[in-house]
Amino acid sequence: MSAHPQGWRRGWLPPAALLLAGVALWEALVQITQTPRWFLPAPSAVAAALGENWRLLARHTLVTAEETLLGFALACLLGVAVATAIAFSRLVERTIYPLVVASQAVPIIAVAPLLLVWFGYDLTPKVIVVVLFCFFPITVNTVDGLRAADRAAVDLLRSMGAGPGQVWRLVRLPSALPYLISGARVAAAVSVVGALVGEWVGSAAGLGYFMIRSASQFLTDRVFAAVVLSALLGLVLFGAVSLLERLLLPWQRLERRERT
Amino acid sequence: MQPRDTQRETRPEGRAPRLALRGVSKVFDGPRGRVEALRGVDLTVYEGEFVAIVGPSGCGKSTLLNIVSGLDQPSAGLILLDDAPATSRLGRTAFMPQRDLLLPWRTVLDNAILGLEIAGVPRREARARARALLPRFGLADFADAYPAMLSGGMRQRAALLRTVLPNKSLLLLDEPFGALDALTRAAMQEWLLGLWEDLRRTILFVTHDIEEAVLLADRVLVMSPRPGRIVRDAPVPLPRPRDYTVVTTPEFVVLRAELLAALRAGEGGAG
Repeated sequence: MSAHPQGWRRGWLPPAALLLAGVALWEALVQITQTPRWFLPAPSAVAAALGENWRLLARHTLVTAEETLLGFALACLLGVAVATAIAFSRLVERTIYPLVVASQAVPIIAVAPLLLVWFGYDLTPKVIVVVLFCFFPITVNTVDGLRAADRAAVDLLRSMGAGPGQVWRLVRLPSALPYLISGARVAAAVSVVGALVGEWVGSAAGLGYFMIRSASQFLTDRVFAAVVLSALLGLVLFGAVSLLERLLLPWQRLERRERT
Repeated sequence: MQPRDTQRETRPEGRAPRLALRGVSKVFDGPRGRVEALRGVDLTVYEGEFVAIVGPSGCGKSTLLNIVSGLDQPSAGLILLDDAPATSRLGRTAFMPQRDLLLPWRTVLDNAILGLEIAGVPRREARARARALLPRFGLADFADAYPAMLSGGMRQRAALLRTVLPNKSLLLLDEPFGALDALTRAAMQEWLLGLWEDLRRTILFVTHDIEEAVLLADRVLVMSPRPGRIVRDAPVPLPRPRDYTVVTTPEFVVLRAELLAALRAGEGGAG
C-alpha cells in the first residue's frame, strides 16, 4: 500500500536514515553521560553482545522462529477456513462471527499460563499463543475480501452456467486474496510478539526465555540483543508476506497505478 | 389509448426462431412497494438476426436481458429457446453486461476463456481457441496484458471476445458501448458491423441510442417506459455490409425520425 510503484528502494531510505540517526544519538548520549551498561547499554555494546553470544542467540532464535512460523501458518489455514464458513453460511456468520470478534477482547497474556497447565512446557502452548495473536486479522480481512466480490461479476459467471464451486474458485477466492494477504501482513508483524509472550510464561528455550534470563541477571546488553533479533524476525516474516504478494498478485500494482 | 402496432411481426424467410418471449411480465417487490418493470413483452429473434431494443433509461431493458439470460425469472409469461420452453437458461446464452467485468487478476487471454473454462473445456485448448481470435479483436499483442493496461475500447473488445468464444447460439449485449467516448464508440460500432458479417451470430442488442440501433441491427424494437412493453417493431431496410456512411442516407434519417417519434409517443402515453 505504501510502496511507491517505481521506487521501493527509495522508499526504504528515509526510515533507514531515521533509524541510523536514532542509533547514533543513543550511542552519543550513553557515551557522554557514562550511563552504566546494566541500565542502558550503548548500541555498540549491544552489537558486541550479539557478536559474543551469537551461537547461543542463534539457537534461541531458531526456537522462536519455529514457534512463530508454525503458529502463523496454522492461523492462516484456520483463518481462511473460518472466514470461508462465515462467508458461505448465514447461520455460521451469525453464531461464530460475533465470537471471533469477542475473542479479541480476551487478554491472551492471561490465557497463556492456562495453556501451560494444559499443554506443558514444550512447543504446543507457544504455537497456540501465536495462533491466538494471528487468527483475528487474517479471519476478519478474509471475510471482508470474500464479501467484496463484485456481484455483477458473480452474475456474469452464473449466466455462463457456473455453479457455486466455480464462482467460488474463479471470482470469490481471487478477489479475497489481496485482503487475505493484508491480514497476513498484520499477523506477521504481531506473530513474534505471540511467541515471546508464550515463552515468557514458561519455557526453557527461545528469545523470550533468553530475555527473561538475561534481565534477571541485569545483562541488559543481551536483552537488547534479543530484542533486535526478534524485531528482525518479525521484519523478515513481514517482508516474506510482501514478497509473496508481489509474486501472487502482479496485477494489483497495475490497478493501484491506474487509480493514482 | 396507446398506439399498439406490435403484433405485426416481421419474420425473415425460412429462418427458425432462436428466442421467443410470450407475454413476459416482471414485478419487483421492493422496500418502496411494487415496481412493474415489464408488462406483457412479446418478441421473437430469428436465427442469424441482429435485433436491437431501444428504450428510455429505466424502461426495463436490462431486466429483460437478465430474464433471457436466466439470471432472473419472469413473474408471468413464457420464454422459448430454439422453439422449446426454457425455464433454466443459465449457460445457454452469452451475456455481455454493461460493464466489461474483466477479472483484474486474469490476463486478456484468460479473461477471454472464462466461458469455455466454465463449460469444462481444457485450458490449453481454450487458450488456443482464444489466441486464434485475438487479431480479429485487435488484441494480438495483448494476450498476456492485464485489464488495467487496456484502453476502454480494448477492454470492451476483450469482453466481447469472452462473450463470442463459447459459441452460444444467442448473444445478449447490454449497452456494450455505453461507457465509451464518441470516437471510440463509432469505431467500435463499425468494428462490430464487420465482425457480425464474419460470424453471423444471433444478437439481441440493448441500447438507448436510436442511431446505434439503426446502424447495427436488422430490426429495431422500441420499448415504452416502465412498465416496459414493445411498442414498435421496425425492420431496417439498409443494405449490408454497412459502415458509418449510412447514417447520412435518407432511409436512415427517415427511420431514425420514425423511431424517435415512437419513443416519444411511448413516453407521452406513460406520462
